[in-house]
Amino acid sequence: MHRPAKFLVALFCATALVATSACSAEQPAAEKKTLKIVYQKTDSFTALDTLFKDAKKDFEAANQGTTVDLQPIEANDDDYGTKLSLALRSAETAPDVFYEDTFKVRSDVDAGYLLKLDSYLEKWADWKLYNDAAKAAGTADDGGIYAVPLGTDTRAIWYNKTVLQKAGITVPWQPRSWDEILDAARKMKAADPSLVPFNMYAGKATGEGTVMQSFYELLYGTDSELYDQQEKKWVVGSQGFKDSLAFLKTLYDEGLAVTPAEALDANVWKKVFGEWLPKGKMGATVEGSYTPSFWQKGGNYEWAGYAEDMGVAKFPTQHGQEPGGVSMSGGWTLAVGADSKNPDLAFKFLSEALSKKNSLAFTVSGSQIAVRTDVAAETEYLAANPFVKDVSDLVSVTHYRPATADYPRISAAVQVATEAVITGALSPQQAAAQYDKTVKDLVGDAKVVQK
Amino acid sequence: MVERKTVRQQLRLLPVLPSVLLILVFLAAPILWSFHASFTNAALTGRNARNPAWTGVENYVRLLGDAAFPASVVLTVVFVVASAVVGQNMLGLLIAGLMTRARKPVAAVVGTAVVAAWVLPEIVAAFAAYAYFSKDGTLNQVLGGAGVAGADWLYAYPMVAVVLANIWRGTAFSMLVYRAALADVPQDISEAALMDGAAGWQRLVFITLPLIRSSIATNLMLVTLQTLAVFTLIWVMTAGGPSSASTTLPVLAYQEAFKFGDIGYGTAIASVLIVLGLVFGIAYVRLLRGDKR
Repeated sequence: MHRPAKFLVALFCATALVATSACSAEQPAAEKKTLKIVYQKTDSFTALDTLFKDAKKDFEAANQGTTVDLQPIEANDDDYGTKLSLALRSAETAPDVFYEDTFKVRSDVDAGYLLKLDSYLEKWADWKLYNDAAKAAGTADDGGIYAVPLGTDTRAIWYNKTVLQKAGITVPWQPRSWDEILDAARKMKAADPSLVPFNMYAGKATGEGTVMQSFYELLYGTDSELYDQQEKKWVVGSQGFKDSLAFLKTLYDEGLAVTPAEALDANVWKKVFGEWLPKGKMGATVEGSYTPSFWQKGGNYEWAGYAEDMGVAKFPTQHGQEPGGVSMSGGWTLAVGADSKNPDLAFKFLSEALSKKNSLAFTVSGSQIAVRTDVAAETEYLAANPFVKDVSDLVSVTHYRPATADYPRISAAVQVATEAVITGALSPQQAAAQYDKTVKDLVGDAKVVQK
Repeated sequence: MVERKTVRQQLRLLPVLPSVLLILVFLAAPILWSFHASFTNAALTGRNARNPAWTGVENYVRLLGDAAFPASVVLTVVFVVASAVVGQNMLGLLIAGLMTRARKPVAAVVGTAVVAAWVLPEIVAAFAAYAYFSKDGTLNQVLGGAGVAGADWLYAYPMVAVVLANIWRGTAFSMLVYRAALADVPQDISEAALMDGAAGWQRLVFITLPLIRSSIATNLMLVTLQTLAVFTLIWVMTAGGPSSASTTLPVLAYQEAFKFGDIGYGTAIASVLIVLGLVFGIAYVRLLRGDKR
């Protein structure tokens, strides 16, 4: 009579046993320590993977009993950011050391994801070698430093000399104003109508690329700005914003850039690097200082002739006003998770990963701009590609994104405005008005300023 | 003896216990969590990431004022009606009807072709559809071969492209349901109607359709709920673009929750989607009940 009841009890006990053993299995065995490292890896970005593999080998050899668990995430920048944030939400899944975009540092510090590194950096001799801009990149609103930069970048005009020469433009080319860009582009179009003379990204598909490699070069070259740093308010109603949209409209309407349909394909940049520029089907584009990494040996779109065929020019201001050029900078850092069980060991690994040897290799293969002065002085760095000096000089005219927690949505609103203009859905005036409304709705009237 | 009986009755429930547990853990729990999160300011990053605060109906109020929301609801309804209710359902019935009359080899070939799209994993089907409709894709190459210049379908007609892709992918299910239903329609009734001089369409409308009404309702409910939740197909083909021309509610919820890190707002959209599914579900269940009376 009692057999079924007994069976039930036994089943319950068995389930409970399985459940408890499953829980206790997560406890790490004594002495053995594991560091979890999360970073991005794509088919065209493997420099960081190489860096971490080297660092793992050295670190495990020097620290017996420690396992470095490398967990690369294969995704684009947006999806990587999402996956990392999801992992950081819970202490159980949060990595010990991870690859973090500079523009996310502040909001992730707000979230309590990052460990304050000040006390560690004091004791790290190499920290003195970092330049001031790099130190600022990892600084949060409270003045503490939470992340150590791997490198930085700038943006410039990359042009194909052969295409320009065919159109009768003398190289080296340096436009002084927006009008000179349009003049040159129209000449190229007249010389060969099948060309894409001057491309600038637009629309939501290219994400941050649309703003970093296109719209901000325009906006920051006008007398307006995106964000008032002193007042800590977002700028609305500026003439510069409308002018920038109007410039994009001219480029797209006259067929000087790619077609709107091509611009709205998230993979358009692959064609720019892999097909149009190398094959002489594109005159020029605005891209980052990391551009040669795609073309140099081992890059994703190897192109032996890029050093001779390509030229670099700084993006001009609207009418050639001071300082005569515009660039945008971003860059990525390494950070330690706030929930790391072994923060000392995690920082030790971070410093090992960023050693001079590793930094130099990463900076060269990833075509980064060096943030360590000892790396910047190395001949191997200066000789990495013919454009290192040109793009490094742009640091003097560069700008950084206002990386507040509101920034991602503001950036998305800018992308929407560019998309509306190039597809002809809205005029620059209308798109700017819509942007103003979106920004006001997002941050509230108290955090915007009419200019 | 009474004790024994109740134990036995409880034991009978034992085989369903694992599935009930699985449903509770993997279905009910996330839905409840999602409902809860939609009343908070939970976020992926920023101050509210770790300790979200209760904000009441704020997310829903914001949703009502958001211009993207009504547009997205309309697109969702268009997508569901055009690709599921009309497309998959009608085409499925048509193919099933034709197959009952077709010769065996023809029916077998057609059946295999239709089911082939259905057995593909969603991500593979999505890439196949993308490769078909994209600018240099199969469709435009075929059209080019015939001397016709094709449009850039995913850019110019994004909703048409995703609707057609979803019909292609999902018709097999309706076809299988209707084949089974039609096989159950007694031949003698149809023949009797034929003797009475009923035309083909009359036999369909007055004999066949009423007989398979419960199958229609079941099928409608299933394809509607499946289509309401379609995300991968649209995300791979258009990512909700250009602009927001194909941003249905699942795509909008994903963008808000994961692209902008606003989990609270994203889950509010997801909750609306659940409610929308419930409304459809209840309507079809009513239809089924009415049938039994």
